[in-house]
Amino acid sequence: MNARATLPRPRLVIVGNGMAGIRTVEELLKIAPDRYEITVFGAEPHPNYNRILLSPVLAGEQTVADIVLNSREWYADNGIALRTATRVTRVDRVRRAVEADDGSVTPYERVLLATGSHPFILPVPGADLPGVITYRDIADTEAMIDATAKYANAVVIGGGLLGLEAANGLARRGMKVTVVHLMPWLMERQLDRTAGGLLQRSLEARGLAFRLEAKTEALVAGESGRVGAVRLAGGETLPADLVVMAVGIRPNVDLAKAAGLHCERGIVVNDTLQTYDPRIYAIGECVAHRGQVYGLVAPLFEMAKVCANHLAGYGIGRYAGSQVSTKLKVTGIDLFSAGDFTGGADTEEIVLSDPGTGVYKKLVLKDDRLIGSVLYGDTVDGAWYYSLVRERRNVAEIRDRLMFGEAHLGDTGHQGQSRALTMADDAEVCGCNGVCKGTIVRAIKDKGLFTLDDVRKHTKASSSCGSCTGLVEQLLMAAAGGDYSAAPKTKPICGCTDRTHQETRDAIRREKLQSIAATMHFLEWRTPNGCATCRPALNYYVLSTWPHEAVDDPQSRFINERAHANIQKDGTFSVIPRMWGGETTAPELRRIADVVDKYGIRTVKVTGGQRIDLLGVKKEDLPAVWKDLDMPSGHAYAKALRTVKTCVGSEWCRFGTQDSTAMGKSLERALWRMYAPHKVKLAVSGCPRNCAESGIKDVGVIGVESGWEIYVGGNGGIKTEVAQFLVKVKTSDEVLEHAGAFLQLYREEGWYLERTVHYVGRVGLEHVKRKVVEDAEGRRALWERLQFALDGEPDPWHEPERAKVDLRQFAPLAVVP
Amino acid sequence: MTVATMNAPPIAFVTVCRLTDIPVLGARVLERAEAAGGNVAVFRAAGDRVFAVRDRCPHKGGPLSQGIVFGERVACPLHNWTVDLGSGCAASPDEGCVKTYVVRVEQGMVAVALDDGDA
Repeated sequence: MNARATLPRPRLVIVGNGMAGIRTVEELLKIAPDRYEITVFGAEPHPNYNRILLSPVLAGEQTVADIVLNSREWYADNGIALRTATRVTRVDRVRRAVEADDGSVTPYERVLLATGSHPFILPVPGADLPGVITYRDIADTEAMIDATAKYANAVVIGGGLLGLEAANGLARRGMKVTVVHLMPWLMERQLDRTAGGLLQRSLEARGLAFRLEAKTEALVAGESGRVGAVRLAGGETLPADLVVMAVGIRPNVDLAKAAGLHCERGIVVNDTLQTYDPRIYAIGECVAHRGQVYGLVAPLFEMAKVCANHLAGYGIGRYAGSQVSTKLKVTGIDLFSAGDFTGGADTEEIVLSDPGTGVYKKLVLKDDRLIGSVLYGDTVDGAWYYSLVRERRNVAEIRDRLMFGEAHLGDTGHQGQSRALTMADDAEVCGCNGVCKGTIVRAIKDKGLFTLDDVRKHTKASSSCGSCTGLVEQLLMAAAGGDYSAAPKTKPICGCTDRTHQETRDAIRREKLQSIAATMHFLEWRTPNGCATCRPALNYYVLSTWPHEAVDDPQSRFINERAHANIQKDGTFSVIPRMWGGETTAPELRRIADVVDKYGIRTVKVTGGQRIDLLGVKKEDLPAVWKDLDMPSGHAYAKALRTVKTCVGSEWCRFGTQDSTAMGKSLERALWRMYAPHKVKLAVSGCPRNCAESGIKDVGVIGVESGWEIYVGGNGGIKTEVAQFLVKVKTSDEVLEHAGAFLQLYREEGWYLERTVHYVGRVGLEHVKRKVVEDAEGRRALWERLQFALDGEPDPWHEPERAKVDLRQFAPLAVVP
Repeated sequence: MTVATMNAPPIAFVTVCRLTDIPVLGARVLERAEAAGGNVAVFRAAGDRVFAVRDRCPHKGGPLSQGIVFGERVACPLHNWTVDLGSGCAASPDEGCVKTYVVRVEQGMVAVALDDGDA
C-alpha cells in the first residue's frame, strides 16, 4: 500500500457525479484499480443515485435513501475524492486544470465529462416564477413533494414519459393535476395514437386531466408572487400552484463548448468515447455518438465499459451504438415500446386491440423481421419482442403465433409460471440454483443491477440452464423500467473478444484458420489464451470446419470431453458404453456386471436414452474399465451424437410398420463419433404410436406404412420443444442421407452450445429445407462431407493415442522420495 | 513478514514431477489423504508458470485440477467458478478462497512446499 501511494499517479477528473460517470469509474476500478488518482465533481449535494427511480420516490413508493447507488463510504474506500455540491465552471485545456465554483483548481491528466442533460425550459412569460420547476434531480423531486403538502393544483407541461410520471406522482400525493401536451396524443415518441388514447383513459380514471394539442402561452403569477395559473393559447386558464416543465432534455454541452471542444447536439465522441481533445473523454446523455444522443441508461453502461477500458490504457473495445426500449414506470399501468413502431410504406403491422380489457399490442414487421412493438396493458412479452428486434431474427415461421408471445418461457423448474410479477416473493424463479423472486428483486434494488449478466453473477439466477431467463428479464424490467437491458447490437462470444459466433465461424472458414491460436491472433483476441467460454467454442469451430487438418486441443475441452467420461459432484466419473440402437446382448451384460463388481461401482442406472450408466468410477480406473467393458464409447460425455433411441419395431411389435431398431442401429453406426455444437439425440419409432419419442429429438424418425417421416429440432430438456416435420422419404438409405445432411448443416452453421432447436429457430426451417430437401446435390455434398469428417475418427476409449487422449491425467502424482 | 520468515524453519519442498509431466494449460493431481491435507492440484499456465492449490473449489468442493485453465486462472468443472491460481481466491462476485502452496521449478523439476499446517 505504502509503495503504491508514494508513486505519483496520473490524475483523472470526473465532471458529473451521475450514473454514467460513476459507472465508468466502477468499470475502471475493476480493471485498473490503481491507475489514477480520481476526483469526482457533482453539482448536486448527493452521492451517485439511481435517477431512473426518482418517479417511485415522487409517488411515495421509495425514499431517497433507497435509491442511492454508491454511498460516501464507497468513494472513500476506493480512494476517490468526492466533491459534491460543487459545480465545475471551466475546463482549462491549456493549463490542464478544472476550475470549480468553490474557487478550486484541480490539475488533470485525463478528464471525463459526464455532465448529463439540461431540462428544457419553455421560453414563455413567467417561466422564472417561483413554483415553476423542472423534473430532473432529487432537488426537483423534493420541491414537488414539498409542494404537495402545501398546494392543491398542479400543471405538468409535457405529456411524455417524464411528464406523465411526474403527474402520476403528484396525483398520488393528493394534488389535482392537469397535463398540458402540445401533441395530439400522449407519449407520441413511444406510442402510436391508439395506445396513447388507452393510456390517457386509464390515467383519467386515476383522476388526471388532460389538455391535448394545447400550447402554453404564459405562466401567470398569483397574489403571493408565486405562480398561480397557466394560460393556454386558446385563452383557457388553468389554476396552478405548481408548474412542472417536462418538455424534454438537451445534452449539457456548456462546459465542453466553452472549452472549445467540437459539439453538435452533444459533445462529439468517437467509438472510444474520446472527444476531439485526446485527454478528454465524454460519456452519457451529454454526448453525440455517430450523430445519436441517448437518454436511457442501458446505452450509457455500454459506453462506460468501453470508456473505462480506454482510460485504463488497454485500448480495446469499441462502442457501436445501441437499440433502446421504453417502459413507463407508473405503477399499475403496463406500457412498453421498442424499435420502430410507427412503420412506413414497406412495413406490415399485426395488431391486437381489446379495449374492453384494456389490452393493445402492435407489432411492426419488415422483411419477415420484427422491427418494433408497442404493448399496452400486457407487457409480459416486451423483453422477448425486444430481443427479437435486437437479434433481427427471422420470424416468418412464428408469425401466426407471434402476437401471443413466448408461450412458455420454460416448462420446468418454476411451476409453469410465465408472469414474474404475479409470483409471490418466496416463489422460486430459478429452480437450478434455488433463487426466489424476493432475492432477485432485492439484489436488483440493493446492488443497483441493470443487466441480466449482473443478476446472474450476483444471485446465480438463470445462470445454469437458463430456462428462467424470461422471468428474470421481467423482474429487471419491472424494477428498472425498460432501461434494464444492456443492449449491444451484437453479442460477442465472451469478454475476450468483440466478435460474435458468426463472425468467428466466417473468419475461420474464409481465412483458413486451423488452430485456436491462429484464430485468436487473426481476430485480435484480448486475452493471451482465451477463457473457459471461448476456447471450447474455437476448438469446435476449427475442428468442424477443417476436419483431418485442424488438430484437436484437449486442454480447450471441458473435463468430460478430456477424460471421456462424465464428472460427478464428488469428483468421480460415470461411464456409459455404447449399445447400438439401445440393443444389448448377454455377453455385454455379463461384462458390465463383472466391471461393476471388480471396480466397486456404486450405482448402475438405465438412462433416458436406453443405455446403462455406471456411476462412481474413480478417474484412475477409467482406462481399465473401458478395456474390461470392451464396448465402444457412448459419448454420453460429449457435445456429440449421444444415442439413437428405438422402439422394437416390426420385428416384434404387432403394430410395427417398419424395422425401427435396424434403422436406429444403422443411423447410430453412421453417426457415432460425430462432434457437434451441442449434444445430439436421435430416435426412431416403427409406427406413429411413436414409442421412441421421436417428437422431442434433434432428429426424430417415424416409420409409416409407406416409408419414413423425418422431424428435426425437437428437445425434451429444459423447455420441451416439438420437432418440426422436415421431409418424408421411402428408403432407409434416404433416411441416412437426409438425417446426415441436416446434422452436417448444423455442424457447419450452428453456434457452439446451440441446440438444433435454437439453430433451426435462428436460421428458419425454410433455410434447412432448401439445403437438405430441395437441393439434392447439396444434400449429397453435405452427407459426403460428414462421412469424410467421420472417416477414421478413433474411439477414444480403445484408441486413446489416435484420439489424442492425454493418459497422464489418469495417473495421480506422488511425492518423489 | 520478512523477519518472521527468517525465524521460521526453512520451507520443505518436495519434488512431485517434471515440468513436462503437466500439460500446458493443464494440471496434475498430487494425491494425499484427506487427513494429510487432501489432494493438491498442480497447474501449468502459459509461460511455464506453475501453481499449486488444494484440489477443492471453495464453492462445493469440485476438483479444480479438472477445470479449464486460462491466463492464471481455472474454471471449476462443477459450477464454473473462476479461481485465481496465484491467490487461490474466487473471482468476484463469488466469494471464497482455496489454500495455495509455494511452488519451485528447478532444472525442469516441480517442487511444492507441502507444509503440514493443515495436516
